[in-house]
Amino acid sequence: MRATRPLIGLCLALGLAARPALGGDSRDLFFGEALYHAHQGQYFEAIQRLDTELAQYHRLDEPALDTLHYHINDAEFSVGDFELDYRMHYRAGRAIKRVLEGSVDDAVRNEAAFRLARIHFQKDQLDDALQALGRIRGTVPEQIKDDVEFLRANIYMATGRPSDAVEVLSHLQNDKTLAGFVAYNLGIALLQVGRQKEAIEQLDKAGQLAAGDPAGLAIRDKSNLVLGSLLFESGNFERAKQSLDRVRLEGPFSNQALLRAGWAEASAHNYDRALVPWNILANREPTDVAVQEAMLAAPNAYASLKLYGRSAVMYGRALELFSNQIEKVDASIDSVRQGRFLKALIREESREDQTWVIRLRSLPGAPDTYYLMELMASHDFQTALHNYLDLEDLRSKLMAWQTGLDAFDDIIRLRKQNYEPLLPAVDAQFQELDSRMRLRLEQRKHLAERLQTMLTAPRPDYLATSDERTAGQRIALIEKQLGNSDSAESLALRKRAARLQGVLTWRLETEYQERLTAAYEHLNELNTQVDALTRQYDAFVRTRQAATHSYVGYDAQIAQLRERARRALERVDTLMARQGHMIETVATNQLQARRERLVAQQIQARYGVADSYDRTARVQSGAEGR
Amino acid sequence: MKKTFHLPVVIGLVLALSFAGLGALHAARVPGDNKTETNAPDSTPDQQQMRGLDEQVQEVKSDVLSIAAELNQLEEKLLYPSGTQVAIFVALAKGDQMRLDAVRLEIDGQLVAHYIYSAKELEALRKGGVQRIYVGNVTTGDHQLNVLVDGKLKAGMDFSRTQHFTFHKEVKPKLVELTMAGPDAGKTPIMFGEL
Repeated sequence: MRATRPLIGLCLALGLAARPALGGDSRDLFFGEALYHAHQGQYFEAIQRLDTELAQYHRLDEPALDTLHYHINDAEFSVGDFELDYRMHYRAGRAIKRVLEGSVDDAVRNEAAFRLARIHFQKDQLDDALQALGRIRGTVPEQIKDDVEFLRANIYMATGRPSDAVEVLSHLQNDKTLAGFVAYNLGIALLQVGRQKEAIEQLDKAGQLAAGDPAGLAIRDKSNLVLGSLLFESGNFERAKQSLDRVRLEGPFSNQALLRAGWAEASAHNYDRALVPWNILANREPTDVAVQEAMLAAPNAYASLKLYGRSAVMYGRALELFSNQIEKVDASIDSVRQGRFLKALIREESREDQTWVIRLRSLPGAPDTYYLMELMASHDFQTALHNYLDLEDLRSKLMAWQTGLDAFDDIIRLRKQNYEPLLPAVDAQFQELDSRMRLRLEQRKHLAERLQTMLTAPRPDYLATSDERTAGQRIALIEKQLGNSDSAESLALRKRAARLQGVLTWRLETEYQERLTAAYEHLNELNTQVDALTRQYDAFVRTRQAATHSYVGYDAQIAQLRERARRALERVDTLMARQGHMIETVATNQLQARRERLVAQQIQARYGVADSYDRTARVQSGAEGR
Repeated sequence: MKKTFHLPVVIGLVLALSFAGLGALHAARVPGDNKTETNAPDSTPDQQQMRGLDEQVQEVKSDVLSIAAELNQLEEKLLYPSGTQVAIFVALAKGDQMRLDAVRLEIDGQLVAHYIYSAKELEALRKGGVQRIYVGNVTTGDHQLNVLVDGKLKAGMDFSRTQHFTFHKEVKPKLVELTMAGPDAGKTPIMFGEL
């Protein structure tokens, strides 16, 4: 079973892209290396490694023999995941489409279609997302069945088809990993359809679901907050308060819940009870919108209770807070305009965990990022920030590569300097050795052929030793010297010579088979030497070629790469400037909007102080008059 | 209700929720509530501009990835030609709980790599990642590889092991895989594999 699947449900519940997980049993080292980088968040390196590996795999004549074959589906999905993590949705989509169009089984194709739909959904391409889901047919992997339907419901809701979403979500309520989200979304879908009563009951249910993980707790809080707001708006203050009280005090929605709980009490004229949540809020992070609103709401409640002195003191505190915050926002706007926000962004230490954007505020000269939280929580701004950081990484890489290419030039130049004076002498010596070697190999070949012929046409004289050959020549010479003399002495000598020749012939004829066998054995022994010589020869040829290849033929490629890197660097610089300007403009606009709100609140506080003092004075003078 | 209030936790959760918008798991938008994270089709000019820039950033990433691929090939050809290339990889045995601290490699008595692992790298190895610890050049023929591993066992005891291997370099690139395991796992501490 592919290891990716068990993780999908969990990763979806956390709202993250699915991660591959091979767990130490990777048979392909390069896929394993890509995972090593991906698990450290080095997606550029992961994509680069896996892309190369996949390209090599697809070029193979027999891919089934490659080690990547065992993981090919995982690898194809993983490269898409890495691209998604590296915010390259278009490429990720293309990678997944390749899987869809390939020859794969239903389960793999359906998972690919689901992933493609998810990418389209993230990019607001809702029709494409539905179309991708429409490609799911046949066996759907059990692990993603509910995720597919949940995504379908989300698309229906985003495309204004809440009744279809209600239908889908109603059948999903048993999935434990999705429970909180299904319950909440069903409530919202019912609200969109206009079934207000059912929506309230559904949100009430969602607000009381058991949850353990941060995401589950947060969606439960959100359900309670939305329900509380709905009930508040419909005038059901008591029930609204109950719902808002269920929101955790330490959760991300607690400030809003406390603020609205106060308003619920105040609307029911329970000002003293409204002061409880508002006073809690008044001591919280002063940059929060709800806290700032509570800073005005609380003294207003005191005034409603006719505690004007207390009200005046609190309005005074609020006035001081708004003045300080306006200064802080001004400093932040100034900081952003001077480019300190972007400088802080690209500092390495500011990116170590998920809260890095918020922690930027602690860096010297950086703007107060709490005022940018709402903006930073938006997907587009997050993408813009990450893109800026990615561009900075690309810029560093391209600059390093340019230096690397210079180093390659140096290597090539030094190799050329080293080899060029040496190689002519080496080549000359090699040519001489080469011709000698060829001659010997030719001789050996000739010998082998002769021995082969001698198997069918015996030639004992060919196997005579040098002594025998000398002896034969001497006998022939003696016979020649004796000529045709008929003298008795000559005849005796001729007989002796003939006898000697006979002995020689006898020996050659009778020992022929042994000698032929011995000759074959010697030839075979020579084969070992020839093989060693051939290996040495091949090694030399390879080394000689490697020497040339080490410095010849790179100039054009390096020049082209240098040019490509230069052009890419130019593009990166331009894009960084535009992306940076965009981030700064949006951040400044956001800060400006918050400033305007703070100024309005400051005026309210100033008026509140004056009014409270006025009322206090009137009360005091009334008391004195009496 | 609990009265303690941890701001970093709140920030983390707000960000976590905002990231939830990136995945399929998505809290639906409340009618009339502009603060609910959602994929609003009616995007502002700023958002449109951001998305336009995002497309261009994706293109430049693609371009730089292709430069990186070509550069890698060039580097391999120039610095580690296949005739002499040897690459050594390190992996952790599946499910092994040993804390790998450092690995030292010697080829033919020469120190070629001494790597100290960070927590992040160790985690990546535990999740099935494979580290290319060394790439270099050796001649064809037999070579001695000495591997020294330092780590800590789950029980807190120090763990150190040295093993010697021989590998044969041929004309094609040589790939050596070293799979590390603590003694608790009942496996060979350093498994040697070659391709």
